[in-house]
Amino acid sequence: MKFALFLGCKIPFYLQHYASATRAVLDALGVELIDIEFNCCGNPINDLSRESSLLLSARNLALAQQQNLDILTPCKCCFGTLKRNAYFLKENHDLRQEFNGLLKDENLHWDGHTEVKHLLSVLAHDIGFEAIAEQIKHPYKDLKIATHYGCQSLRPSRIMNFDDPLDPTIFEKLVALTGAETVEWRRRLECCGNPVWGKNNQLSLDLMQKKLSDTRQAGAHFLCAACTHCQIQFDTVQDAELIQHGSTDKQASLLYPQLIGLSLGLPEADLGLENNKVDISGVLEFLS
Amino acid sequence: MVFSLTLYISLIIFGLGLFYRVWTWFRIGIGPETANFSVSDRTAAAFKAVVTTVFSRKLFVLLKVLVADVILQVRFLREDFLRWLMHALIFFGFMLLLLMHALDNFISEPLFADYYATINPFMFLRNFFGAMVVLGVAIAIYRRVTIKGLRLTTKGVDIYAIFILAVIMISGVFLEGAKISSYTEYQIMVEDYAELEEEEEIKALESYWVQNYGTVSPNVKGPFDAEVLEMGQELHEASCLDCHSPPQWAFMGYAFAKVTNPIALALDSVGTSTILWYIHFLACFVGLAYLPFSKFFHIFSTPVHLMVNAVGDHDRAEPVNVATRRAIELDACTHCGSCSIHCSVAPVFSKIPNANILPSEKLIALKAFSTNKQLSSEKLHAIQEGSFVCTSCYRCTTVCPVGIDLQDLWLASRKDLTAKGFPEPQAWARETGASEVATIIKDIKDHKTCHFPGGHSMVKQLNLSDQASTFSGCFKCATCTVECPVVANYQNPSEALDLMPHQIMHALGLGLKEMVLGSRMVWDCLGCYLCQEKCPMDVKVTDVLYELKNIAYERLRTAALPA
Repeated sequence: MKFALFLGCKIPFYLQHYASATRAVLDALGVELIDIEFNCCGNPINDLSRESSLLLSARNLALAQQQNLDILTPCKCCFGTLKRNAYFLKENHDLRQEFNGLLKDENLHWDGHTEVKHLLSVLAHDIGFEAIAEQIKHPYKDLKIATHYGCQSLRPSRIMNFDDPLDPTIFEKLVALTGAETVEWRRRLECCGNPVWGKNNQLSLDLMQKKLSDTRQAGAHFLCAACTHCQIQFDTVQDAELIQHGSTDKQASLLYPQLIGLSLGLPEADLGLENNKVDISGVLEFLS
Repeated sequence: MVFSLTLYISLIIFGLGLFYRVWTWFRIGIGPETANFSVSDRTAAAFKAVVTTVFSRKLFVLLKVLVADVILQVRFLREDFLRWLMHALIFFGFMLLLLMHALDNFISEPLFADYYATINPFMFLRNFFGAMVVLGVAIAIYRRVTIKGLRLTTKGVDIYAIFILAVIMISGVFLEGAKISSYTEYQIMVEDYAELEEEEEIKALESYWVQNYGTVSPNVKGPFDAEVLEMGQELHEASCLDCHSPPQWAFMGYAFAKVTNPIALALDSVGTSTILWYIHFLACFVGLAYLPFSKFFHIFSTPVHLMVNAVGDHDRAEPVNVATRRAIELDACTHCGSCSIHCSVAPVFSKIPNANILPSEKLIALKAFSTNKQLSSEKLHAIQEGSFVCTSCYRCTTVCPVGIDLQDLWLASRKDLTAKGFPEPQAWARETGASEVATIIKDIKDHKTCHFPGGHSMVKQLNLSDQASTFSGCFKCATCTVECPVVANYQNPSEALDLMPHQIMHALGLGLKEMVLGSRMVWDCLGCYLCQEKCPMDVKVTDVLYELKNIAYERLRTAALPA
């Protein structure tokens, strides 16, 4: 099994441990990842120009096609943007031709066949729950996790086709593989608030704070994210803007590859536990 | 006379220019730190930092950088072999020509007792070094033409650099070639060194030189008798050989002489070699005088930056030195284009033709911005747009072959832009308030939803908000508003957001686009697609909100620019 790894703009500099943990987990499960110098997925610029967003996505898809690979991304925003734009370009033949015209001088072309997959769907569907379960060496005991879906993967469901948009279970099932329990919590499917960070910070923090409180009230020990922006919000932004300002209602967030990586027995250094801003070392106590 | 005069003038301009550029390092800057320090503060702090570094163990780091990064340019080698080859050929070729050939009075002659420009190995080496530069320039042109990111960013400064090098090299080669075939040059030499009196001898030596040294004579023409040549050779060995290696060793000049052989007499009669000599040294002096203001200033600024970068502690540097470091960084840029080739959002340039999206161009704009030049609001808006289109992925910093922390410059300049009234556009629009934004953008016509020439399908596909069918299913159930986490965040949402999603859909259905465009709901939309997912009638609420943001941005851009 082989994919082009799409890290997006933020992971290589701000969240390197998400890349190393993802690589370690997929390597342990026999997935080969190919690095391509992609450009931005097109998410941030969608606010400014949808055409530019489509162009960036088209170029990424064409780069993957050039190597005959499907795309795997650990970021929900990249996943959502690439998949929505791919769907749109696939449906509109004339439009695709116009974008292909713009890519022509780089000898790039997208014919509409590249698949865009998120890390979680590759784990659940391409590798399969059973195959992963066989590899679990150290299941957790009594660990309670609040899964955070990330809005872009679920909706619009007709395009994303990720899971049931109103009652998704894929993430819970993946967490269950590690022996950890998942808690029911109120704002599980809502946005983390990061899209408006830097634009309307108060709104961004309000949304996050509510979610953090919800997970604590539900009795979760940790949040678990599988998205670059959700993790930056719950880890970097929470630490800098809430915890450093004396917030007591804190809730640390693990990246899913960190969570499963430990139960797969992967080296802690690859999983980058110490790179999280909000301490997550407590999770080790739940390992059997 | 002309030579000395122009040399001294260009040296003076060069010296003053160098001083001016270095003084700029302590005068300008990017980031809020800059305003707090005077030129003397910064000069003193820099002097102190230099002294403490030179007298510490960091001196070895400096020496390492000097050898590896400045002289051997291993950073280029790591990035791209062809690029390293291009730079190394030009750098070593030109430096060696400068030392051995241009400064031969000061270097070659004292160093080599038998130095003479027309004997080997010096004559051959001059051509060899010249060929290196010519090849390097050819690779530079090839790269600028074939690499897309470079094609987009090539400017006057790059063309000048290639042009002046080409003129110096080509005039030099042609000069040598013209001198090889020149009968006038030959005659002067014979008069000065050969002391020939007999007609027979004069003819013999001339024949020998026409046969073997490429001279084109109006008097004699081959084929020659063996006896004549033998006599010529004797005379040659007596008078010329000591100072003349066979001209074939000057392979470029000789090639030029051979090619121009049929017209050599005509060239000689109009004084071509004198003309070429003027072109050659004047081009050199123009290059020298203009060097501090051209791309070649990086010969000084880049090594300084590389060394500052190597010994400076980036995260714990004193603010007074941060300002100076950033100013040096602005000057250390060689406009090589690497950042723009690898930039994560660079492809957008073909949709939004604002050069400030490309990092290498944004840096040039920031240089103007940091010198407090009076920039037009049009220009400032363009910088602002380029600045905030950047996704802060740090790739430019990672790839910069001279190690400029470009991302740091972008982040620092965003603070400056915000302070000068050019903040992140969305934050600005939100804070400005709905009615004011609406007034600003109200009367601007949406001249394009599409940048493609004749791309009507695009207009149709990408325009939801103007089409009644988008909203025809809406029966005002307000599910979108009920589901919206942004709406739910506020006690009094209409006060915080102006209009609710369902109101926006309703207004658009009635064709009241102007009414909703400035609404803060548009700017605060998270793009989480809850409204669209839950809409019972499949109205593309989120897509419409994105589109409204696009339209408002487009209009703000137009509003900011004079018609």
